[in-house]
Amino acid sequence: MKQNWWKILGAVLVLYSIISGFIFPVPAQAILHETIRNLYFHVPMWFSMMTILGVSAVYSIKYLSNSKFDNDIVAAQAANVGMLLGILGLTTGSMWARYTWGAWWVADVKLNGVAVSMLIYLAYFILRGSIDEEQKRARISAVYNIFAFVLYIVFIMVLPRLNDSLHPGNGGNPGFNKYDLDSTMRTVFYPAVLGWILIAVWVMTLRIRTERLKRKTLFNE
Amino acid sequence: MNKLKHIFLFAFLLMGLSSWTQGAGEVEMADSMYQSGKIYVVVTVLAIIFVGILVYLIMLDRKIRKIEKELKNKE
Repeated sequence: MKQNWWKILGAVLVLYSIISGFIFPVPAQAILHETIRNLYFHVPMWFSMMTILGVSAVYSIKYLSNSKFDNDIVAAQAANVGMLLGILGLTTGSMWARYTWGAWWVADVKLNGVAVSMLIYLAYFILRGSIDEEQKRARISAVYNIFAFVLYIVFIMVLPRLNDSLHPGNGGNPGFNKYDLDSTMRTVFYPAVLGWILIAVWVMTLRIRTERLKRKTLFNE
Repeated sequence: MNKLKHIFLFAFLLMGLSSWTQGAGEVEMADSMYQSGKIYVVVTVLAIIFVGILVYLIMLDRKIRKIEKELKNKE
């Protein structure tokens, strides 16, 4: 129980954000109306995705430096959970775009950048599936994963800021003041981000432990 | 004196509450939804779904821990 405190914290924070996210007042904005509350649910998906993919990239670097197979397990499972969060982020964003921008998909730098980086990560899993030899698979996919993470950051963080974008927080230098966050919204948004990151890490550890068990039983037999 | 303090405190709380519930007025918001109280139905539904997912995660966590322990005892 002692080492599980962060799981409880994550659960409490997300639950708090779900309840207060609907009940607390939000600034009245034209076009956005009540959909501004999506900020508490859509944006944390991307924050957790970036965190989880960052973990994945770090463990790929670790694998390349010490060739410990466990690092490959962490990197692969983290990338997997990252994709889940990305799909959730894309679908919720598409839903939000339909009723604020008027279309499910807009040919926007941010949106297309995210779509391309999702495809890059999809190729990571295809690459893993196509190599049978374990060490070779771990090494080649680790190199590819680092490359994928760098591209992901460029596509999602760098390029949208160099261009005009419909998506908030792009074009020029987005500070947090540009998010139209008032102080009430901050009290929900920050806990939501932290809570979802913790939940995502929890799901990731479950996958990692299952994969470790699988390897252990395979080796014993 | 003490009573006066309490009255002041109560007044301040009321002031805060009234400014909290005031909308901007121009843009149409779901204020009526709060009045009818039905937004709480949605909040409850979402909370139930999330708690359900949490329970599922906890059960998965326990199951994995059990197998981990069993494997450790075998070694």
